[in-house]
Formats: sequence, C-alpha cells, structure tokens
Amino acid sequence: MKYAIQINEGPYQHQATDSAYHFAKAALDKGHEISRVFLYHDGVNNSTRITSPPQDDRHIVNRWAELAEAHNLDMVVCVAAAQRRGIVDDGEAERNGKDATNIHPAFRISGLGQLIEAAIESDRLMVFGD
Amino acid sequence: MSILHTVNKSPFEKNALSECLTHSMDGSAILLLEDGVYAAMQGTNFEADVKNALASKKVYALGPDIKLRGLSNDRVIDGIELVDYAGFVDLTESNDKVQAWL
Repeated sequence: MKYAIQINEGPYQHQATDSAYHFAKAALDKGHEISRVFLYHDGVNNSTRITSPPQDDRHIVNRWAELAEAHNLDMVVCVAAAQRRGIVDDGEAERNGKDATNIHPAFRISGLGQLIEAAIESDRLMVFGD
Repeated sequence: MSILHTVNKSPFEKNALSECLTHSMDGSAILLLEDGVYAAMQGTNFEADVKNALASKKVYALGPDIKLRGLSNDRVIDGIELVDYAGFVDLTESNDKVQAWL
C-alpha cells in the first residue's frame, strides 16, 4: 500500500502529529510505502530545527527527521502556511528579506499541489488533525 | 465498498461521533482514537448510541490511546475490538477508503 499523510496540527499542542508518527512507523514496519508527508496549517510547526524540548520528552521534530532519513520520506511543508508562521528556508529568507532560517533539513517547503499529487498517487490519504 | 471512519474527538466535546454514526453506511468500520476513545467506555451517555452502531457496523478503539488516558480495557463496551497501530494500518488496508471526522 502507498500512503500519503497530512498533518494539520503543531507539536506538543495536539496529539495529531504523534498519532501520524506512530501510524507512519507501523505502516513502514509492515513494508508499506509512504509517498509523502504533508504539513499543513499549524502542522508546519513540526519542521523547525530550533525546537528544544526537555530531555525526558520526545523530540517530535527530530523523530520525524530520523524516520524520514531512515526511509527516504518526502517531508513537504505548505509554503503559504509556513510564511504565515515564520517557517523559513534559504529561498524564502531571500524572497521575503528575512535574516534567519529555521527549517530542519529533512523538510522542504513547497505548494499545495504536492498534497493533491500525493493524494492522487497514493492508495490512501491519512489526515491527522483537530 | 467499505469505508474506515476515524473519530478522534471526545463525544462530550464535539459531535463528530454522532455525525459519523448518522452518516456512515451499514457495514462501515469506525475507529475511535485520541479523545475519541472516551466513546468506547461503558456507562457513558453515548453507550446506547455505540451499542446501536455495533448492530450494523464494526467499531474499533485504539488501545494505546486508551492506556495514554489512564482508562482500562476492562471498561470497553463489549463488541468493540481493540487494535494497536499495526491493527490501525491493517484497517486502512482492508477498507477501501479512510474518512477522518476531524
């Protein structure tokens, strides 16, 4: 099976990203494929590399990044949602005149078309949110 | 064609479960997860609705989310099947579509 996963909520606020992570892990463990993880709305906050949770708490961003690296996952952040919330990569920093970037290298910023494409190309679209 | 409906809201907070029970077809599968697992407990105001649904639909609850909330599997309504994340994945495979009642 090929899955696309959409996450609409940020880390440490709602269980959505945790549920999505455990689902993704279980699917990959079963040998399924995840064609894309798409971060939308507040979900884009799952991609900032400068987050620093307490040591005894899960590191939600790094956990996604490690899973993405291990399974070569395409982690896409919605550009319009990212701009509103200050999630910035090199290209966006230059385009919008920002003095810093904060996106984790495991993620990339792109458009909503990537969600539609993933939904079309996958067998199931899993939506996690509030 | 069967649909897996996922409900992640407590029935005491939002009407997602009621809407799902009203609109889902007979033979559908319903998975209660996150705060949705409160609907799987015996003795609530929603027990009758869930039991009624069990007559024509399959109802599942995500075990890890029951444990996360300090609830007991012993108090789950008879007929509801507990699944883990691997079981969740299996449900998305055995049903043709997945509809999240966010």
